[in-house]
This record gives sequence, C-alpha cells and structure tokens, in this order.
Amino acid sequence: MFAYILRRLLYAIPILIGVNLLTFALFFVVNTPDDMARLQLGAKHVTPEAIERWKVEHGYDKPLLLNTRVTGSAQLTDTLFFKRSAAMFAFEFGKGDDGRDIGNEIRTRMGPSLAIALPVFVVGLLVNITFALLMVFFRATYLDVWGVVLCVVLMSISGLFYIIAGQYFIAKLWNLLPISGYTGGIHGLKFILLPVLVSVVAGIGSGSRWYRTIFLEEIGKDYVRTARAKGLSEIRVLFRHVLKNGMIPILTGAVVVLPLLFMGSLITESFFGIPGLGSYTIDAIQAQDFSVVRAMVFLGSFLYIVGLILTDISYSWVDPRVRLQ
Amino acid sequence: MSPLLRVDRLVTGIGAARVVDGVSFDVAAGETYALLGESGCGKSMTALSLMRLLPDGGRILSGHVQLGETDVLALPERDMRRVRGGQMAMVFQEPMLALNPVIKVGDQIGEALSLHQGLNGQAARDAARALLDSVGVPDAARRLDSYPFELSGGLRQRMMIAMALAGEPSLLIADEPTTALDVTIQAQVLDVLRNLRAKRRMGMLLITHDLGVVAENADRVGVMYAGELLEEGARDAFFAAPQHPYSRMLFEALPRTGDAGRLTTIAGQVPRLDTQLRGCRFAPRCPFAIARCHAESPGWQELDGQRVRCHLAGSLPAGSVRERVTHPVAAHTPQPLLQVEGLKVHFPIRRGLIQRTVGHVRAVDDVDLTIQAGRTLALVGESGCGKTTVGKALLRLIEPTAGTIMLGGKAVPAKNMPTLRRQAQMVFQDPFSSLNPRMRVADILLEGMDALGVGARGERRGAVARLLDQVGLPDDAGGRYPHAFSGGQRQRIAIARALAVSPRLVICDEPTSALDVSVQAQILNLLKDLQADLGLAYLFITHNLAVVEYLAHDVAVMYLGRIVEQGQAGAVLRTPRHPYTQALVSAVPRIEPPAGQTVIRLAGDQPSPLNPPVGCHFHPRCPHASAVCRQTYPERTDLGGGHWVRCHWVAAQG
Repeated sequence: MFAYILRRLLYAIPILIGVNLLTFALFFVVNTPDDMARLQLGAKHVTPEAIERWKVEHGYDKPLLLNTRVTGSAQLTDTLFFKRSAAMFAFEFGKGDDGRDIGNEIRTRMGPSLAIALPVFVVGLLVNITFALLMVFFRATYLDVWGVVLCVVLMSISGLFYIIAGQYFIAKLWNLLPISGYTGGIHGLKFILLPVLVSVVAGIGSGSRWYRTIFLEEIGKDYVRTARAKGLSEIRVLFRHVLKNGMIPILTGAVVVLPLLFMGSLITESFFGIPGLGSYTIDAIQAQDFSVVRAMVFLGSFLYIVGLILTDISYSWVDPRVRLQ
Repeated sequence: MSPLLRVDRLVTGIGAARVVDGVSFDVAAGETYALLGESGCGKSMTALSLMRLLPDGGRILSGHVQLGETDVLALPERDMRRVRGGQMAMVFQEPMLALNPVIKVGDQIGEALSLHQGLNGQAARDAARALLDSVGVPDAARRLDSYPFELSGGLRQRMMIAMALAGEPSLLIADEPTTALDVTIQAQVLDVLRNLRAKRRMGMLLITHDLGVVAENADRVGVMYAGELLEEGARDAFFAAPQHPYSRMLFEALPRTGDAGRLTTIAGQVPRLDTQLRGCRFAPRCPFAIARCHAESPGWQELDGQRVRCHLAGSLPAGSVRERVTHPVAAHTPQPLLQVEGLKVHFPIRRGLIQRTVGHVRAVDDVDLTIQAGRTLALVGESGCGKTTVGKALLRLIEPTAGTIMLGGKAVPAKNMPTLRRQAQMVFQDPFSSLNPRMRVADILLEGMDALGVGARGERRGAVARLLDQVGLPDDAGGRYPHAFSGGQRQRIAIARALAVSPRLVICDEPTSALDVSVQAQILNLLKDLQADLGLAYLFITHNLAVVEYLAHDVAVMYLGRIVEQGQAGAVLRTPRHPYTQALVSAVPRIEPPAGQTVIRLAGDQPSPLNPPVGCHFHPRCPHASAVCRQTYPERTDLGGGHWVRCHWVAAQG
C-alpha cells in the first residue's frame, strides 16, 4: 500500500513538470512579453521605448531560457523560465500588476473560498444522495418519474438564474439575508448562507439524477436479491447493501474535486462579492494580469493532480477488492 | 400427510408476458423436487414467485402457495419478510454476483442470524462458524473475515448455502446452484446439499437445466416449457420412460457415451409468452403433433404414476425420435496438421515501487499437442487450468513465451500472422459478446476475407451466401445485425465467420457452454457435418466431458497449465489412468451411472497457478500421492496406442 502511494506521488512529478512547461509555453512563447505590454499599454501609447519600459517594470525583460549576457549558472537562472515558471514549484508566484505578492493573496483568499465551497460540497453530497435514495426507494412509481422530470428541469436552468432569483427573492424582496458581501468569523455566517443555498440547489438536478442511476444499477444486481431473500426490509437493503456499494463510485467521483474546493467558484464568488480565489481569478482575467492568471492555472493543475492521487487512494480505502490486492 | 409446499395454479406475469402460467406442484419435507427446463421456461420465475422476489414489473396474477400452515401469497409484506430466509430460503446461481462484494461473508451470514434467530455479537459469530463447519468450509473461523472475492467459487457457494441455512428454513430453493462451478466442485456442493437436506429434513426445490444433476439428486421431477409444467413424475419412472415428446427430445439432444449418431434437435423456438397461445405450447415444434394439438390445450393425464400434459400420451411411437445417420469416419491417415512443442505462456507478476517482475504465472507450461488433419482433439480441464490460453496462444492472440508451432509440417514464423490465420481460426464461447453489434452479418463475414485477401474481390459476396447456407442460416441473414438472432444462430454466425477464410483448423473455445441443450445439439451436429464436408480439424476446448465423448477423436486433459493425460477419446474417458482424469470423469453427474464405477470425490480446490505445488501439481488433492509426487514432476508414461499419462503412481504400477 505504501509503495503504491509512493508510486502515485512519483508519477505526479513528471506531470507537474509537463504542466509547468505547457503554461510557460502558453504564457511566454505564444503570448510574448511584447504582446502583453502592447495589450496593457493600449494602442495609443505603444512605442518601442514604452514596451521596453513596461517589461523592465514588470520584470519581463529577461531572455526566455538562456541568458547570454551573464556568465556561470546565472545563464540559466537569470531567465524568465527560471524566475517566473520554475519558481512556481516552490509556490513563489511573484507579484501581480497591483504590486501585491500573489502567494500572499492566495493564502488570505483561500479562507473565504473554502467557507463557501466546503459547505456546498458536503451539504450538496448529502442532499443529492438523499434525493437519489428517495427516488430509488419509490422507483417505477409516479414519485420517481416526477422526481426525474424535476431533476431535468433543475439542471436545464442556467446557474446564473439561481443566483439572480436567490438574490432577488431572499435578499431583496424578503430581506432575509444580505445580497452580497463577506466578513470573517461567526458574523460571516449570514453572508455564507445564501451563496451556499443557491449553489446546492443549482447542483441538485444533475447530482441526484446521476446518483439515482448509480443506485438503480446497484439495485438490479444479484446481491441485492440475495439480501432481500434473507428477509431484510427494503430500508435495510437500501442502506446497508445498496448504499455501501453505490458509495464507491460516488465517493471517488467526489474526492477528485476535493482539493479544487480551495479554488472556489468563479461565478458564485463574483456575484456574491466573496473575496476568494474565484473572484481573484475573474478580476485578474478582466485586468489582463497575466502573473495572477498563470499562478491560478498552475495552482489549479496542481490541486487537480492531488485530487487524482487522492482518488486512487480513496478507491483502495472504500473497496476491499482494491485494498487487499 | 400434507406436503410442506403446495403450489396451486400459480400465474406470474412480467409486463404482458405470462412467464409462469398455471403451475401446480407439491414438495414434501425431506424431498427434493427438481424443476427442469431450458432457459426462459419460467423455472426461476416460479422460484422467485414463491419467495415473492419478482423483478420490477413482475407480479403474481393468481394462484395459491401454501408453505406449512402459511398462505404465502396472502401475507402482508412485513410478515413475508419473516418467511423469506426464515421458513424458505434460496441459493442463487452465480455466487460471485449473489454475495455483496464489500461486506465480509461472516457479517453477511450474521445479518440473517440476527434477523431470524436474534443472535448478535459473539453468539452470532459462533453460530456462523458452526454453519460454515456444516457446509464443509475448512478453517471456518478465519474464513468469516474474508470478502467474497478472496474465496474460490466452491467456497463462495458454500457461503451462500450457509447463509440460506441461517434461518433454519424448512424449504430450500436452489436455483442452478452448481451451474457456475467446475464439475469436481459441483460434485462437492451437491453432496453438501444432499447431506443437509437429509440431516435437517428440509424440502428442497432444485432448479436446473442439467438432466445429470436431476438424475443424481432429485426424488421427483417436473419438466417446464414456456411457463407451463408439461410432465411430472418420480425420478426413476421419469428417467426410465419420459412421456412427453419434449422430455424425450431433451434426452436425445444430450450427447452420450458411445453414440455416433446425430443428436436430436428441436426445430423452431419457444413461443413468445406475451401473445395469446392456443393449443399445446410445444405443438409447433413437436414432430408428432396432430390437428388437435394446435387447437386444444391438453389436460393432465395419469400414466403409471407419471403425469403428463399431452394429447398423445401413451400412444407415442416407442423408441427414438433420433435420426440414425452415421458419419463416414474419416480414413485414419495420420497426417499431423498442427504440431506444438514445449508451448509456454508465462505472465509476469509485477510488484513494488518500480514494478519489478518478481515471478511468473505459468498459465501454460510446456504443452505438447498434435492435431491430425480432419480430426478433433478435445482439450479438457477445469476453469483456470490454462486451456483457453493454449487456444489463444496457438493463434498468437496471446504471444507465447516459448515453444514451436508447426502448421502442415512448416514452422509458423512469428512475424507472419496472415499465413497462420488463414489456416487456423477461432470460435469463441459467448456468441452474445463475440460479434460486433454494430456490424451487419455479411460485413462480419467479409471482414476476415478482406483482411487476409481470400478469394477475388468480386467473388466474396457470393462466398457470403455460400457460408450462410453452409451453417444453416437463411439467405437474408447477411443484411441483419447480430442482435436479430438467437444464441444458437449467433454461434452459427461465429462459425461462418471462422470458415470465411477456408481454414484447415478451427479452435472452438467452449462454443456451446452458453447455449441450451437443444441448441447445443444443433451446433454439435453442425460442427460434425462441417468436419465431414470440409475435412476440418478441430481443437475443441471444453469442460463438458459428454460433448467430448460425442465429438472428439483424441483427448488431452489439462491441470494447472500442463497436460496430465492424452490419448484416444474412448481410451481416456473409459479407462482413465491419471487420478485427476478419473476424478473428473466420475464427478460428471450422469443419467445412467456406469455400473461398478466408484465415485471419487476430490477434496479442496485447484491451487493457484501463481504458486503451483512443488512436484506433481496434483499431489495435494490426489488420493494416491506418495513421497516422490511431492518432489518431482512425473515424466510421461506410455500406455500404448498413443495413450500416455504423467503420473508416478501409474508409472509404478507398470
């Protein structure tokens, strides 16, 4: 088991290097520092001197891979790749265009992101499983049919609609919760409730419909018939036998997104004014702040790889067939 | 004395189909009643109706089921749950699927103990251990903590039986309990069931398609066809003289010892049960049917203690319905077509951080085979012995680790696949998954010809028509997709596909094991006809010894990757010398057990090929094992007439 986990971790190293090289190529070769400067300065102010000045100010004036102007190991280290890309392995992302340290921003913004994403994840999982089990319990009745219809309706509606409807009814019309904003600590609760509620409702349709399919597939299997033949009640069959097997694909599907919760949600955070990583990314894209975007792309890939490793580990944790072989 | 179980005019529907239609029978305490029939005849649905465990969409339409004092169909669901697993328990066919894969077997048995006997904790554990002891699970205490995937097929089925016994039922329903198991394991499990029934005086409803299993285990037999019982009687009377034409044809469809004639096949198909049926349901396929059979459904008639539903009961012509055609036996000119020497297929086992190869699974280990042109060599063995791997390695579907393969006297070069595959083709086990569902039959047949460049391009379409005719399919079959055909027809397509490139050798990997007896007979007849017409050689890979006797000229018996005995079919099967072959032959349930044959029961399971026993691989299960067997693998002992065996015990006898 230990060797297995170690092997997965070793596999992650070449993938991370690949991700790093790819982001480097995208951000510095496809879109050169000159292009960045032109975009930033706007068409009016573009002169070769202005571009040079912008590049010096932002530290983009170095060669890409090999610096021939210096000697020794600095030939390799005093380059864009080493300073900007390889440094990301140490989670040193440098400064954004606003002059703030990106690493610092990420650390402070993770909290608010998690404050929304984690409850959405946990509550969503519970709600979806409950809904799915209910539909499975009443399978092949009108309750099940209308449940599926409701799911399809729910998943057909744009996520933006839930946000706007939630803000309009709950916050504006009924004055139950604030429209947007965020503070830390226990007082922040009132700001968290609405985005969490909206996100969970927006996810019910696709989530519970998928879980229903998983449970229905399990319930058609022979071991379920065996369990019934023992004289177990339908509830016991559902909770002890079907749920346990159905949770294998559900859990492993959920674990992969677990690390990505740190990244927050782009849309929810910007609509509700949450100072998390999601809104940070959106703002950076709008402001053409390439350092921040690059940092977030790398961080996202890194967390996704962590998620995949966790998935592999969780497989062996929930499924004895994988664990013991 | 009132019977334990009384089923009266039970009718069960699934959707519009009446899958069980007016079935009545009794089972007495301590008696085994066998429900016999082919797939889709409603025997499993009858059992599930008794348990009230029908699949979604199924419901019991009418009838009466009395178990002891209980009116089963009138019980509310709450009380029915006490009956299920309590008074009446069920053992299912495929124990790997029927056990929950993520719960320890001890806990699965404990669940039933807690429900029906109120036992929990240590008391439940003790009771579960006692149950495992009673079904003959060795090392019971440790096995309680196993997951189903850690157990062999035989042990899993014993766990199922232990679980069914947990509620001390008075009726045990066994639905094809040994169909998924190897013959030597099947014999063990059937013994367990027989002993338990006698000890606990349970009634047993045994559901099976296997006449041999019925002959050895049942007290009374009921034959089902298209949702109805057709015939019922005591075992001895039934086997002495089956009265219904369908029962008789089932018997004659079975390949049997020393029988060179064609097998009886039953033309046509089981009628659809969602239509209005008039007359006798078997009439459209019955060679004896008269006008009345098509118009009027026959009632029950008593005949010397047997009951039968047939208008012609008692007036059927005596003797066989089988056509007596003997094939001209191909003149025996020993002309080897395929010669294999020292064939090895080893799969590496990789472990650790860098996946180092730490050992090999010797799936096939030093196998020599010779197949004569125009003759059939049967490769026999239980699951996991490596017989399928041999077949695939011969066609290089799996690359052999070592060994030479000579076709027609010439070595087959490793690079030259087309030459090899033009001469040798394969027919696979399951026709439902071995044909591409998105290709028309004609395209399936053409693909091989196109790939290997067989025949002129313009003539290939014509070749398709000829192939379809050869395997007995209608002309328009080429334009249809595989799903439009029944299992037997699909296997015909698979055979036509193999024949498309005019091979000289066809490797048949269990080609009939997914088919019903009457359909199996059609395929076996077809294979025999094709051999006579085209001079084909077959390598017939199977676990079914009856089929071997019918079809094969020579037999090779495999155990754990090696051939332990080989010779002419008659010699090997009638006078087996290797203790494993002897056990294998004697474990097959037979309709007429050969006189004077002592029944040999093998203990334990086939060991893992990962780690085969040192010395003779068979010694841990062998009744004759001695010190030398534990040390060295035996050399060949020649017994004359091409019959040889690898066994120290036989060698010592001289």
